[in-house]
Amino acid sequence: MKLNDMKIHEIIKPTFWKVVSVIIVTMGLVSTYSRFSLGLGSTTNLHDSVPWGLWIGFDFIGVGLAAAGFTIAATVHIFHIHKYEPLVRPAILTAFLGYSVVVCLLVVDLGRPENFWHPLVMWNVHSVMFEITWCLICYTTVLLLEFAPVVLEKFKIKAPLKILKMISIPVVIAGVIFSTLHQSSFGSLYLIVPGKLHPLWYSSLLPVHFYISCIAAGLSMIIFESYLIARAFPTEDGFNHTGLKMDILSGASFAVLIALILGFLLKIYDFAENGKFPLLTVPSTETYLFFLEILIGTLVPIFLLSYKKLIEDKKWIYLTSVCVISGLVLNRLNVSITGLAAYSGVNYFPSFDEISITMMLVVLAIFAFRVIAKNFAVFVSDESENLVNEKEVATTKQIILSERYE
Amino acid sequence: MLNENGILFDVTLCVGCGACYDMCKEVNNLPETNDDYLKDHLSGNTFTVVEQYEEMYARKLCMHCNDPACISVCLVGAITKSSTGAVVYDADKCIGCRYCMQACPHSIPRYEWGTTKPRIRKCNLCDDRVKAGKLPACAEVCPTEATLYGKMDQLIEVAKNRLKNNPDKYYQHIYGLEEAGGGHVLIISPVPFEQLGYVSKLPNEPMPELTLNAMEKIPSVAIGGGIFLSAMFWLTKRKNEIAKEKNLLKGNKENEIK
Ligand code: SF4
Ligand code: SF4
Ligand code: SF4
Repeated sequence: MKLNDMKIHEIIKPTFWKVVSVIIVTMGLVSTYSRFSLGLGSTTNLHDSVPWGLWIGFDFIGVGLAAAGFTIAATVHIFHIHKYEPLVRPAILTAFLGYSVVVCLLVVDLGRPENFWHPLVMWNVHSVMFEITWCLICYTTVLLLEFAPVVLEKFKIKAPLKILKMISIPVVIAGVIFSTLHQSSFGSLYLIVPGKLHPLWYSSLLPVHFYISCIAAGLSMIIFESYLIARAFPTEDGFNHTGLKMDILSGASFAVLIALILGFLLKIYDFAENGKFPLLTVPSTETYLFFLEILIGTLVPIFLLSYKKLIEDKKWIYLTSVCVISGLVLNRLNVSITGLAAYSGVNYFPSFDEISITMMLVVLAIFAFRVIAKNFAVFVSDESENLVNEKEVATTKQIILSERYE
Repeated sequence: MLNENGILFDVTLCVGCGACYDMCKEVNNLPETNDDYLKDHLSGNTFTVVEQYEEMYARKLCMHCNDPACISVCLVGAITKSSTGAVVYDADKCIGCRYCMQACPHSIPRYEWGTTKPRIRKCNLCDDRVKAGKLPACAEVCPTEATLYGKMDQLIEVAKNRLKNNPDKYYQHIYGLEEAGGGHVLIISPVPFEQLGYVSKLPNEPMPELTLNAMEKIPSVAIGGGIFLSAMFWLTKRKNEIAKEKNLLKGNKENEIK
């Protein structure tokens, strides 16, 4: 169904979620206005002891959860495991929207948003923040290039498609590299504060922890999303192929399992190497939150996914994906907020404006996802592609499944 | 580094008069922030404080590190090292990410939270005054030479002599000489420094090195990753092709048999 086919009254028909969304966006806009007209001090709970708060924490989460954009693209286009083809477009779209939210929040968080372009011309290559900024810019461009064919196909613009096809593999490779670099660099940001970040989280391996956990959580996000999408975009609404086949889900879950185990082993190694085990027996908020994070985000999912029966059951897979996602959210908030609270000596809780701007951006991203998914071929079934390609096989004997990426 | 200038603060000489605090506010045009200077804390409008610990007074200010965390993390290079040794800030470049506040091992930089054009605020060792041949305001006004300004090598010399000649009077450590790679503010005192609210247990290597170890790996990750991925692309493609060809052959044969 095309957007312009929709009847006006269908668009404005109030439903519960529409009303809630409109309220959230309105509040967010008001908060945005006050943030830019009054400054950070009066609209956020940030202060000299807590220079980074919810917005930075949320950037960590957003980037971590958007990680499937590069893992799935690599799986399909680099490793040629075409079974996962149906995940590519949703993953790239999710990543692109996720990164858009992150970039908006970063700009909102800057004390001098009007200077946001300075990193383009003023360089300090020793700064992790500099590297992250550039990787974000480059990777968002990559995501745009990766998604462009979907848009161009729809409008049947052929010329740029050819160029995109030609550069598609280098683009995917560049995307994987930029992602690897900045996903881990979000952890590197904290390498310079050994005295401030709680030792439960501080580690010289922080970048590696961040990288491995983003892979597990990014994939879980796609699994979870497919569940939400199948529910939210019913077939009667003109959506096809939103449900995913079981072997895809199980395969992705297996990858999650491996990443979780790797991450867990790395944690154990890190704790053993630095003699951090005694910290686990210290009764403190940090310790409890750390246990919660490990339990929900790592141990429970590993336990559930190691049962063959459960990994082949949709419901359990969705449940574990929610666990892994919560684990990442907790971890990133622990590193960026809880882990620093003891040092700063003050408690921080985000202000109304901080929360409402964040929620507005999330709602807008979901809305954008819906509109784009409705109007473009985001969900393509693997079967239809197979059919097309089998025909091609017959005629040309050129036997690559995803022809357009060769 | 040793030709550059710095401050030696001697806790045993400080009488807590607060002249340094007042003069700092005056030369930097900073508004009054507290009726009692001993109770004030660093803020966007206060670059140095005099804190009371029983009978002792301790000054807090930017340590003007040799290899400052704040400089290394600033993505636009808004913080730089002046030729005098001072660590100075350029508000026109700053984008306000506040990573410098997060990264400083002494938690010195403060922010102007209340405005829409906020700046990072901290002591700049009176860089302009020094370049004009004057002393930093606090050193000029200090009545007891508790705050002493001079060449780093001379200051280190003075500090070492004081520790050596009065072993009973001083705790045998020069704070700021090696902490976090050392800096241009040295402190000597009768008691261990954590008792005076200075950040203790700092490593001796400069903080930026902690990041450098990770940053160094970037080129190899990028190049190695590129090669690995290209190789995998080619290998798996080839593998699939071979598999398909085999399948086709099989299929053809089956057809022939039929
Ligand atoms: S004390 Fe902090 S603000 Fe001052 S130079 Fe060192 S790192 Fe920078
Ligand atoms: S707040 Fe300004 S000075 Fe500090 S790191 Fe960011 S850009 Fe640099
Ligand atoms: S002016 Fe000198 S004596 Fe007075 S408080 Fe400052 S350092 Fe101490």
